[in-house]
Amino acid sequence: MLYKTHISVKDLNVWYGEHRALKDITVNIPDKKITAIIGPSGCGKTTLLKSFNRLLELEDGVRVNGNVLVDGEDINDPKIEVTRIRRKMGLLSQKPQVLPMCIYDNVAYGLRLHGLTDKKALNNIVRHHLEQAGLWDEVKDRLHSSASKLSIGQQQRLCLARGLAIEPEIILGDEPTSALDPFSAEHIERRFLELKKSYTIVLVTHILRQAKRLADHVIFLYMGELIEHGPARQFFEDPKNAKTKAYINGQFIEANNDGAR
Amino acid sequence: MNIRILKDRIAERASFVLCACVVSFAFLMGLSLYCRARPVLAAVGLKAVLFSTFWHPSQSQFGLLSFIVGTLWVTAIAMAIAVPLSIMTAVYLSEYCTRRTQEFFKPIIDLLAGISPVIYGFWGLAAVVPLVRDHLMPFCSRHMPFFPFKSDNYTGFSALTGGIVLAVMVFPVIIAIVGEVLKTVPASIKEASFALGATRWQTIRRVVLRKAGVGIIAAIMLGLSRAFGETIAVLMVAGCALGIMPKSIFDPAYPLPALIANTYGEMMSIPLYDAAVLLAAFILLVVTAVFNIVGWSILLRVEREIQY
Amino acid sequence: MEKRHIEEHFYKILMMLSAAVVVASLGLILATVFIKGLPALKLDMLIKTPQGGYYIGKGGGILNAIVGSLVLGLGATFLALLVSLPVVFYLHLYLRRNSKRAVAVRFFLDVLWGIPSIVYGAFGFTIMMFFGLPASLLAGIITVALLIIPIMSRSMDEVMRMIPFELTETCFALGSTRWETATKVIFRQALPGIVTAILIAFGRGIGDAASVLFTAGFTDSLPYSLFKPVATLPLAIFFQLGTPFPEVQDRGYASALVATMIVLFISIISRFLSKRFTKNIVK
Repeated sequence: MLYKTHISVKDLNVWYGEHRALKDITVNIPDKKITAIIGPSGCGKTTLLKSFNRLLELEDGVRVNGNVLVDGEDINDPKIEVTRIRRKMGLLSQKPQVLPMCIYDNVAYGLRLHGLTDKKALNNIVRHHLEQAGLWDEVKDRLHSSASKLSIGQQQRLCLARGLAIEPEIILGDEPTSALDPFSAEHIERRFLELKKSYTIVLVTHILRQAKRLADHVIFLYMGELIEHGPARQFFEDPKNAKTKAYINGQFIEANNDGAR
Repeated sequence: MNIRILKDRIAERASFVLCACVVSFAFLMGLSLYCRARPVLAAVGLKAVLFSTFWHPSQSQFGLLSFIVGTLWVTAIAMAIAVPLSIMTAVYLSEYCTRRTQEFFKPIIDLLAGISPVIYGFWGLAAVVPLVRDHLMPFCSRHMPFFPFKSDNYTGFSALTGGIVLAVMVFPVIIAIVGEVLKTVPASIKEASFALGATRWQTIRRVVLRKAGVGIIAAIMLGLSRAFGETIAVLMVAGCALGIMPKSIFDPAYPLPALIANTYGEMMSIPLYDAAVLLAAFILLVVTAVFNIVGWSILLRVEREIQY
Repeated sequence: MEKRHIEEHFYKILMMLSAAVVVASLGLILATVFIKGLPALKLDMLIKTPQGGYYIGKGGGILNAIVGSLVLGLGATFLALLVSLPVVFYLHLYLRRNSKRAVAVRFFLDVLWGIPSIVYGAFGFTIMMFFGLPASLLAGIITVALLIIPIMSRSMDEVMRMIPFELTETCFALGSTRWETATKVIFRQALPGIVTAILIAFGRGIGDAASVLFTAGFTDSLPYSLFKPVATLPLAIFFQLGTPFPEVQDRGYASALVATMIVLFISIISRFLSKRFTKNIVK
């Protein structure tokens, strides 16, 4: 199956101090599809995600080796302006992190950062993205009230609107529904299915069912290593690696089991 | 009864009593100072004390206004210098510099906090007074002869001198507390801002300082309280000229704590003099206590919020 | 370059400059003390008490003040310890976690910390008048003890907070009373922090002038009675600097140097002890 590659990872290694969190990861993220990164806790899913928008370098003692190319551009190149790269991506964290401002300012934050001050333009963009995130009807009367007063499901949708407002090309989701109630979670999932028409989406999730529902493409990580990846249907119906089979079926993964069946 | 349990109970009772004493101590201080100060209030009245500039104890005139104003001048100058520098330094230490630099700064701030106020006064005498007298004052009187710089005090002992020395004494207070407050800003909120493409300074200005805003105000209040009450360092360098109402940063100032310290020797000799001095101490107690109560209440609330 | 990156650089430089000013202030203070004090420091200063006419230029030294301050400081620290230790243990072991009483006690300790030392001195003075005590070593010890109790208590409190609650739980689970847990286990665990807190409070106590001004008086002799006035280093410096005689002023500089050396010494010792004691504690 041919698809265009949006993010290309080659021989990526990440160390937290002495601990090697990602080992020689080489994989491609297809354009305008939903890619799910799955695996048990601590296997490196979030690390891989954060390497895409260079959030890793905010932490102490992190070393990154290897190439991450977005649209063919190596994002770790020191000559590159890191805020430009980050602008290409929208991040949705596990715990919705609203900024300490009103709802309107939250969505407008990214726009103002990059210099947009025209009030009319801002109004239009804020409204458009709140609609895209499915939040507009609920907040249109209280745009200037504090964002922290929203329910957690609404906060997550606000974060989505905020991330979309800067017009990224890629949406990164770090277990974006695991802190939400089932109704809000479903809402966010439906949004993703619509958004994939215009954005490339990379989702980290530990909920296999969610991956089955949403993903076009799946990446399976275990203990920092890439075990298997491929188109979703093939991945779930006919996994090639024994560890993948075990994980999908909810069994313990045998450490000694290597390679093909 | 088991002796182990007995020991335990005695320890508990004793400690409880001590805690109760601690809690009531501030009130006890206020009460005893007030009792001793009452005679002068009865004789002259609060208004006359607070709003009159006539301080002639031998004629039973106890107007504290010029001392209060002196305190305000010195404190205002100190805070104007200390607040921006301290906040900037605290932000730098918390958001920009490496672990090694942070470690380097810790002993420096501890030392600034630990040096005796007399040494600060000594430094003021030896270094700041000449600076003001030989450089700042001549420069300002030649180029900027208007309020608040115009003055005819060329000795170098002035409100500005006191303010500069006080500012350095206030640095460690504000830096330490702002540092603590900045630590309470969750990393995830900064991450969210960076993920949207913000530069470090944009994140600090728009998100971090906003979240920490209230705590920073508390830090300023606590610094203010320190500046208000510092006695000996300011006494040595601010001029302490009786009867002068400062109208310029270069005029001599006679802050309230300095008055209390200076008049100790003579206050028993004239009737009501001691009551007036203790009234001044009472006023100091009330003002600093208010700042402290408000400041620590704010910080308590900040601490509580992060637990959720 | 974009405007916001220029802004970023500008503020970064501004911040570094602010930090530099802070460091420079400390440097200036220490430099002034050493430059003015070192030439004036003679051995006599340290081993003699003032002879007659010391303050107008005759011979002698500041031994009275050095010994006076040390004695006063030790006395006050000891008294403060008698109050702080029980209070802190009560807060951590006898009260339930986050109880309202604990919050109240900590709050008032913090407020007391912020009250200026001259107010403590004035209060000490009213107590003296009430009990008919003259200006004396005892009055000075009591006043300084009151002054440093909040500092000592809160520093120890912060140290105790770092101790994992599981340790306390384990002791209780094994059947200890609270008193036993406090003295046999927690104390050992918190020892480095407690020592540091004591040193900080001691440093503050011997450096303060305003609290002893009213209460301890001043004298040329070494301390020999609780009920007689005592000389303190801060006041000695203050008086010497206040004279019009340059020889006496020079001696003031030297005294300031001595006082600063004591503070530096305490700072170094407390850092050293912290590091050494940390070997034995549970993490």
